[in-house]
Amino acid sequence: MPTRFLDAAAFAAAVLLPLAASVLSPGSGDQTRAAEAVVQVPASEMDFPLPGEFLRNSRPAPSPMVRIEVPSFEIMRRQVGLAAYGECVAAGACEAADAPQTEADVPVTGVSWIDADAYARWYAGVTGEPWRLPTAEEMAIAAAERFAGEAFSVAADDPANPAVGWIRRYREEAGARRPPDPAPRPRGHYGPNSLGLEDFGGNVWEWTATCYDRTTLDPTGEGAEGMTRNCGVRVLEGRHRAFMSTFIRDGRSGGCAVGTPPENLGFRLVRDVRPSLVARLRAFFFPQSDPAARA
Amino acid sequence: MFTRRQALLGAAAAGVLAPVLTMPARATAPASEAEIAALPRRKVTLVAPPFVHAHEQVASTGPAVIEFTMPIVEKPMVIDEDGTMLQGMTFNGSIPGPLMVVHEGDYVELTLINPETNTMPHNIDFHAATGGLGGGALTLVNPGEQVKLRFKATRTGTFVYHCAPGGPMIPWHVVSGMHGTIMILPRDGLKNEKGEALAYDRIYYIGENEFYIPRDADGNFKTYESHGDSYADTLEVMKGLVPTHVVFNGAKGALTGDNAMTANVGETVLIVHSQANRDTRPHLIGGHGDYVWEQGKFANPPAKDLETWFIRGGSAGAALYTFRQPGIYAYVNHNLIEAVELGATAHFVVEGDWNDDLMKQVEAPGPIPLN
Ligand SMILES: [Cu+2]
Repeated sequence: MPTRFLDAAAFAAAVLLPLAASVLSPGSGDQTRAAEAVVQVPASEMDFPLPGEFLRNSRPAPSPMVRIEVPSFEIMRRQVGLAAYGECVAAGACEAADAPQTEADVPVTGVSWIDADAYARWYAGVTGEPWRLPTAEEMAIAAAERFAGEAFSVAADDPANPAVGWIRRYREEAGARRPPDPAPRPRGHYGPNSLGLEDFGGNVWEWTATCYDRTTLDPTGEGAEGMTRNCGVRVLEGRHRAFMSTFIRDGRSGGCAVGTPPENLGFRLVRDVRPSLVARLRAFFFPQSDPAARA
Repeated sequence: MFTRRQALLGAAAAGVLAPVLTMPARATAPASEAEIAALPRRKVTLVAPPFVHAHEQVASTGPAVIEFTMPIVEKPMVIDEDGTMLQGMTFNGSIPGPLMVVHEGDYVELTLINPETNTMPHNIDFHAATGGLGGGALTLVNPGEQVKLRFKATRTGTFVYHCAPGGPMIPWHVVSGMHGTIMILPRDGLKNEKGEALAYDRIYYIGENEFYIPRDADGNFKTYESHGDSYADTLEVMKGLVPTHVVFNGAKGALTGDNAMTANVGETVLIVHSQANRDTRPHLIGGHGDYVWEQGKFANPPAKDLETWFIRGGSAGAALYTFRQPGIYAYVNHNLIEAVELGATAHFVVEGDWNDDLMKQVEAPGPIPLN
């Protein structure tokens, strides 16, 4: 089993490291801050198309579908708002977004992954809670029935003629084009999904913590022979999946596999569900049992 | 009527005078009105670019009078995916105006119509025509008028035509869309540098042009109610010589996606590229110009195997290429900022068998070996 597919160690590290921090420094939060409404996402499983690029027998291969299990977590019901982001800017911890100024309660747009990451760090600091960007897996689970994933069809292209795949993808891309609709809508405009998560799949694509990987599959397609990780490019989820360099703020300049490129780039944050006191004490006193400590 | 020129062409075709590619028709005695009236007449229905009306590559008859009709259409046009609006001015409703094709020695007879619904006088200056400001001096029509101009196609090649109503109106009408191309083929078709026949399976016509759209205080492109409203602001941007858009066929993306040009491996395509106002440098990514008439004039032998060719502002060129490999080809102005950021990109979708001999990915991308 290639570790990439569940990425167990990295995933656990992301989940557990902030927890340990909160055990060690309880009560450092700013209690006056209005809490963002959150959606509780129970521990879930789903068939998940792995993000990234895949090669099999030296040819591009469709993204493998794997069964993922994601522990329960909390996610902001709405994307981070322009006003909330503005507080981070005012605090000197975030760069001003490339977004039109408005009094309306719109999501922040015109933010790069670097901006989103800076906001997450700042917000975790001022709240004293382990807020962070979601992984692509978490975003998929939370998006539920609105999750789109890969935009390309899976087809048996001619292995002797790479152009067959290029042309098929090109035509799919052309067919998926629609007029851009970039004007930010008030938060809540696109409504909730079955979990109560609002606005996923609207005109704001959402940054995730997941890096872009190029994986060489073994000839069976079941495992991996090798993988190159590029964390200078991150996964965005939305109406379709996109991959962009971490400094890109305008989705239309960042490149997009298929369809109309993302109109806007934004984000929301997740927080790990506070474990039981027993689990926290165990993590504190027996860190060697914590996969994060081994990583 | 059997002219000395035709006699020479016949000799050339027989190989007697191989280096003499053409004999300029302008050297022959002027034809009388009666002689012109005796010529056959053919009516051509123009089609919108990038397509070209049906035509013979090698003329099967002698010279004729070729009749064209073009209405001038003033209308707002969307020029990019953001919906930016240009107060457009067009020949025949398209930017660029349609490609007209005749043969050397033919007479071009154009009926130019300026409908009452328009607001401005317009005319047409054919770079292919001789005298009268290319016809501009004889064709100025007000809204509600039409005019008929005849000129003799005396030189072969691809030539720009454009509106030139005088003074600052000239560049404004041109960068608002009033330009097109006429192609005058040698009667015996295109030839390589040895005088051997060249032919094409398909022809595409690309009119590149640049727009100068004014912006508001926030940097957003302004929309105007009318041509008149847009004029003063547009002129200011024009005088800065920094275009806001550089596009093919009137809009960003006009020749990509569902509108991409198509061809098959093994087919030979003639690409006619015009730019009425500003220099450009077409390049076919992954392909070449097998034979390129960079200056567009077929009396000169074509350059061969070009990577990028230069089209001078105010001219049209032609490139002949046989596709050898399938795939998506980008055809760009190889100022890549203009291609990618400002819009000067078109695509060819080419189907057929892949040729491993020409190119093969010997090893797919993967981690760098450690040893
Ligand atoms: Cu005009």
